[in-house]
Amino acid sequence: MRALIPVNKVVGHVRTIRNGLVLALGITMTALGASACSGGGEQQPPAAANPNEHVDLTLATFTEFGYEALIPEYERLHPNIKITHRKTGQGGPYHEELVTKLAAGSGLADVTALEEGHLSDFMDKGSKFNDLSKIGPADASPDRWLSWKYDAAKTKDGKLIGYGTDIGPLAMCYRKDMFKAAGLPDDPEAVKPLFATWDSYFAAGADFVKKSNGKAWFDSASQNFNAMVNQLPEGYIGSDDKLAVENNQGIKDAWAKVTDAVTKGESAKLTAFSNEWNTGFKQGAFATKVCPAWMLGVIKEQAGPENAGKWAVTAAFPGGGGNWGGSYLTVPTQSKHPKEAAELAAWLTAPEQQIKAFQAKGTFPSQVKALSDPALLSYTNDYFGDTKVGALFAEQAKKVQKPQYKGPGDGQIQENASSPALQAVEQGKSAADGWNQMVEAAKKITR
Amino acid sequence: MTVLDKVAPEGSKAGERTSPRPTFRHRLSRWDVKVSPYLYIAPFFILFGIVGLFPLLYTAYVSLFKWEAGSDDPDFIGLDNFKELFADAQFWKALTNTVSIFLLSSVPQLIIAVLLAALLGARLRGATGWRVGILLPYAASLVAIGIIFANLFGPKYGLINGVLQTIGLDPVDWQANRFGSHVAIAIMVNWRWTGYNALIVLAAMQAIPKELHEAALIDGAGTWRRFWNVTLPLLRPTLIFITITSTIGGLQIFTEPKLFDAMPGSNNGGSTNQFQTVTLYLYQTAFQNADLGYASAIAWVLFLIIVLIALANFFITSRIASAPAVKVKKK
Repeated sequence: MRALIPVNKVVGHVRTIRNGLVLALGITMTALGASACSGGGEQQPPAAANPNEHVDLTLATFTEFGYEALIPEYERLHPNIKITHRKTGQGGPYHEELVTKLAAGSGLADVTALEEGHLSDFMDKGSKFNDLSKIGPADASPDRWLSWKYDAAKTKDGKLIGYGTDIGPLAMCYRKDMFKAAGLPDDPEAVKPLFATWDSYFAAGADFVKKSNGKAWFDSASQNFNAMVNQLPEGYIGSDDKLAVENNQGIKDAWAKVTDAVTKGESAKLTAFSNEWNTGFKQGAFATKVCPAWMLGVIKEQAGPENAGKWAVTAAFPGGGGNWGGSYLTVPTQSKHPKEAAELAAWLTAPEQQIKAFQAKGTFPSQVKALSDPALLSYTNDYFGDTKVGALFAEQAKKVQKPQYKGPGDGQIQENASSPALQAVEQGKSAADGWNQMVEAAKKITR
Repeated sequence: MTVLDKVAPEGSKAGERTSPRPTFRHRLSRWDVKVSPYLYIAPFFILFGIVGLFPLLYTAYVSLFKWEAGSDDPDFIGLDNFKELFADAQFWKALTNTVSIFLLSSVPQLIIAVLLAALLGARLRGATGWRVGILLPYAASLVAIGIIFANLFGPKYGLINGVLQTIGLDPVDWQANRFGSHVAIAIMVNWRWTGYNALIVLAAMQAIPKELHEAALIDGAGTWRRFWNVTLPLLRPTLIFITITSTIGGLQIFTEPKLFDAMPGSNNGGSTNQFQTVTLYLYQTAFQNADLGYASAIAWVLFLIIVLIALANFFITSRIASAPAVKVKKK
């Protein structure tokens, strides 16, 4: 789900409208594309372009990147460049189309955005993207970004396939009123010990369920499990690109802890981003929520004005820190103007521009300089009791450890193996059967 | 032709001067007669070849490879995809789901459509209004229907469970319960298609000669008896047509189960694939797992299953359809 979330947060279901069309297109395109591929991928070296030559660039993004006002600005600075911005509403179909066009060998924009959760599907296709550390401008050096953000887009052989745009550092959101009613501390500072480790988090949950007459502690098991797995040194796929889930003790422990919490009634059993989950916010169906920066907007929208002031966010996260969501800008080798495209991508992901994007659409910047920008640090959220959320999430962003290696299929496993299996456990399956279901599904995905 | 063939060489021997060579115009008109019919029907076959036959054959070709979308060199693996597919529990589960949803939708749909048609055929005020009315669900957007029904059947906050609890029944987990999810999806399908089928049946009903009913009436047959012994037998060909179309549609059902899943955009068909259909599995394999070879194998097996069922339908049809025809002739 990590992959789909930022994407679905706006309108969950609309993306499906296009699936029939995408399917039809996909079939024809793959058919055509396969033959086009075999024709041979000619790859001309980036020619030293005449600086005054007119260049048409395309930029493809999904949901909201906040680039609308930036594009005319770039065109003013570079009169010879004309940018066409292609926006897609939903990330799911956007990435499916991306896979198809990558296979077809044509049709991708010169600058193509890529979501962090889908990154694992593209890291083994490094040959289809330009190495930005080679063709990009000098000012886009590694120290511009948080190191974990930068490193996550480096392939095994050291190619940089994308410049980081935004991130989703994790904090904890909780219902102050429900905490109070259950006799738990409710001040953002006082609740921090509850959210120190996953053990303390689930123990507090069991306590909460007892004291609140069976109210749930969290929304959905997979939301916690995904964050736990992401904190481990190794994920579903080992560094040798083989499935490692069966022998990964860390994942087994996380599974045991989460499913134990489910048995104790801590889960509201609401599938994340479903209609029922949305209703759950309104009904106050759960007391805590794994909270990346962009989740504040989701909570405000779903819980609505009638629950204003009940939600709070605190600068603590079980097990340290984490990240969920955020994107990269890539320059596929299909691009006819890789150098100009890389320059555009570098400019858009510079701290000055990302701060503007943050002010426009709330995308949380991944650039070190942007994280200490006064505009970010002074940013407050009135729905969460005027907390300085900009500073809070900047602090959380620095707690993220080095990125876990995401082998091919990692995002798929989370979406189609672990999340459904946890949902099955919430629907009554035993923890052991659920584990087997996950392992089987993961084997199938990586076969 | 044989006559010409014999004459021609003779003529050429007799005197090259006397037989005029066929002029260009002459030849053109001969070609016109021979070739034109093929040219006239060519657009269909060319289009069919490009968008129908080529993908079909190419799919068969792709199904022999381990072919990941975007990978440069797919490996030829022969029939391994098919071997794996036949041992794939998820595929059989998807096929069972598909058949189950198909039966749960088609059978009630047919019965209700006939009864509805009978009601609409009776003398009603504003008959056209009623007839158009039952077609309305068909005109509604499938996606809108999907979203609304998924909401109605929500396990925790859904309206249906709310009603069930109000009247003292246990709520059903429409997502988790396999049979429950099939029923919910079948209701979605029925809601959309029953009216459409009822109109087709109604049209067939009105084509039944009045004299038959009058004769039966004189023989003392009541309403029910006339419906059972006159109307229904004469509807058989129409019912078979409806069965065939709903079979083809039912085996390819996709949008309803996809939208029904609580996880937005998911192709899993529930947490344990409890309502994943074959097309949904095919779609997931191709466009989510990017496993084009395996997806092509699924597509081909689904195609063969549909062909088999279509053939079975054809034989049953040709047997049953002949029966009422004989009756009418006797009249």
